[in-house]
Amino acid sequence: MVDEPRIGVYVCHCGRNIAGVVNVAEVAEYASKLPGVVVARDYMFMCSQGGQQLIQDDIRKYRLNRIVVASCSPNLHEKTFRRAAKGAGLNPYNVHMANIREQVAWVTEDPEEATEKAKALVRGAVERVKHHEPLEEKKVPVKDKVLIVGAGIAGISAALVCANAGKTVYLVEKEPSIGGMMARFDKTFPTLDCASCILTPKMNEVASHPNIKLLTYSEVVDVEGYVGNFKVKIRKKPRYIKEDLCIGCGDCVEACVFKNPRFYPKPDEWSLGLKRRKPIYIPFPQAVPRVAVIDPEACVYLKYGKCAQTCVKACSRNAIDFTQKEEIIDVEVGAIILATGYKTLDLRKLPQYGYGKYPNVYSAPEVEVLLNASGPTGGEVVLRDGRKPESIAIIHCVGSRDEKYKKYCSRICCMAALKLAHLLHERTGAEIYEFYIDMRAFGKGYEEFYRRVAGEGVHLIRGKVSEITDAALTPEEEGKLIVRVEDTLAGAIRRIPVDMVVLMPALEPAVGSRELAKLFGVSVDENSWFMERHPKLAPVASLTDGVFLAGCAQGPKDIPDSVMQAEGAAGQALALIDKGYVELEPNIAYVDEEKCSGCRICVGLCPFGAIEFDEERGKARIVEALCKGCGTCAASCPSAAIQQNLFKDQQVMAEIKGVLAAMRGG
Amino acid sequence: MDEAKTDGFKPNIVAIVCNWCTYIAADTAGVARMKYSPYVRIVRVMCSGRVDPQMVLWAFRHGADGVLICGCHPGDCHYKEGNYKAYRRYILLKRMVKQMGIDERRLRLEWISAGEAPRVKEVFNSFAEEIRSLGPLKLPVEAGSHE
Repeated sequence: MVDEPRIGVYVCHCGRNIAGVVNVAEVAEYASKLPGVVVARDYMFMCSQGGQQLIQDDIRKYRLNRIVVASCSPNLHEKTFRRAAKGAGLNPYNVHMANIREQVAWVTEDPEEATEKAKALVRGAVERVKHHEPLEEKKVPVKDKVLIVGAGIAGISAALVCANAGKTVYLVEKEPSIGGMMARFDKTFPTLDCASCILTPKMNEVASHPNIKLLTYSEVVDVEGYVGNFKVKIRKKPRYIKEDLCIGCGDCVEACVFKNPRFYPKPDEWSLGLKRRKPIYIPFPQAVPRVAVIDPEACVYLKYGKCAQTCVKACSRNAIDFTQKEEIIDVEVGAIILATGYKTLDLRKLPQYGYGKYPNVYSAPEVEVLLNASGPTGGEVVLRDGRKPESIAIIHCVGSRDEKYKKYCSRICCMAALKLAHLLHERTGAEIYEFYIDMRAFGKGYEEFYRRVAGEGVHLIRGKVSEITDAALTPEEEGKLIVRVEDTLAGAIRRIPVDMVVLMPALEPAVGSRELAKLFGVSVDENSWFMERHPKLAPVASLTDGVFLAGCAQGPKDIPDSVMQAEGAAGQALALIDKGYVELEPNIAYVDEEKCSGCRICVGLCPFGAIEFDEERGKARIVEALCKGCGTCAASCPSAAIQQNLFKDQQVMAEIKGVLAAMRGG
Repeated sequence: MDEAKTDGFKPNIVAIVCNWCTYIAADTAGVARMKYSPYVRIVRVMCSGRVDPQMVLWAFRHGADGVLICGCHPGDCHYKEGNYKAYRRYILLKRMVKQMGIDERRLRLEWISAGEAPRVKEVFNSFAEEIRSLGPLKLPVEAGSHE
């Protein structure tokens, strides 16, 4: 123990949140009798101005040198109470919290047991805090650059805010063009404004912005460092086209040896396989950068080493370069924004809807492309067999709100389905049937949009579709797809024959987002979406300092919400960078040279290479700048020569002893 | 839980958990008002790799009937590989506590990610139930100081 502890214990009621279950007065009374405790109180809201004032007054009045606050999770208010202590002249690291809300009051049924558990945690904290010592936060300068991963509407919006604030932005996109999913849409709900009319200018602004370094066809492969000082490795795949020379005229595409569309080697990614593409291609007409790409898996020359190379001859700018290699680009940034978006559920997982079996069953994204003026049919809605549909079924909640697939609501589908109903009716004059469970029109202008589309004569049928089949029972059903559904408003089982079925699939995290989560050290929630620090109070921060989230990577979102979160994330990144420095939690390890025997066990264990061995002195040494504070070395040192600040052996063991002592009724 | 009350044995359980996964999941379990055994006391460390085998022995010595270590799933460690180190130590430690005459079931390692709040409830309840069925450890409790 450093000095004679004079501890103040503060037990929070949190309104009824804690006090409704835990007998807070009893806990305070118990704490007041623990050795070292000078004063123990309970108070309605410790985090309030009054609560903090109470602590500060007590520090001065009773010369307290340690504080225990028993309230909510330290993830919520540890900073608050540290700041309060600091305000009264106490070192902020002489404060410790006992989590009696999230981990006691809210999870325990029996008030007596809850009170006992709260006492135990308070006792653990009291015993622990006795071993706390004053610590200094380390101030580290912050790199004034931002990395943004994913260049859909969220990534683009975040990039523009950061770049307009004068910061250098590295915008990384794994596809050859930016734009993401929104670039496939023809119109957006609820305003029905043209998607590319609002997106394309933003895409062009990104391309021409002096502060944005656009890295398309690129992926992040390694991330090192910490908040304010990330070192990131980006792999830029070869396009086999010199980006600076290509003007996107398309002459090379025209000249490619593949001439018959039926024999083009690859399904076109942008149009989701509704047409095929050549080995050399420009992803879509509004692509940014408007530069051709050569697919090495399909290009005859790159695959077999032999080709007439008509593309090379056609290029007046000599931009084609078959020798291009992948590049590794190293960047250093202060903040990271992840905006990697979503993908739609694989509809083959729901065989009852016949996707992949019946050619006229489409996924919603395919229909978006079909409606798009830049799409394979120029915006004309024709079925795979060339017919124009006269009746169309749109099915909501395909895989969403479904115990078997995704339990959550994918949020965008109701409105997107109404939008498709409107557009499909407008383009084809077909009868539209919408099958929904509940119509969720929550956003600004959405209810109005629902009423508008409902008023256009769309048949809205409330019921979950059980099956799509082509087994006709009557002559009218012959040659049609039959939607079998229980109409829960009419109270009848119905069969509705249609020409075309549109499925609104559930959203799920983008391909590779699990790997990205590991790379960036961010947590994912039970559905593998990136997890925000707090659902309400920190919805754009990840659990890793300096890494922020935007758009659907964090959960299903429509365009307005994605842009809002992206601009929020940009604001957070700017706040971090513009401060100029970060204060790092001083929970790093250090070596007590007197005890270090020079065995070097720790050296090999550190995952960050933060432990050096001083040959001359025969001692291990921690490189503070590299230590991330995991404590693995401290746990491994056979001489207990390594300690981790805030998690010293004495501190953790005192806490363990404390919680157990209270449980034994001590 | 109710059974525990009827036979009067309230197990003393310490869960030493990682800050980045299980601690968050436990907070989320709270926010979702999931109810679980009140006998599990959480002690937070930054990483399951910080769990010194001595902490576990210390807990048994000071009256724990069971010790739970919780970390991130393999491959998900916030510090790259601390959980693997925890796992290696755990295997050895299990053998060691057995040699000391402590039933090895009293020590358990579980991986619970930040998103797995329901697993907190599940794991805590099942471990509490196991310890309850094993009964008190009955080691002579050390009264001395730990310094």
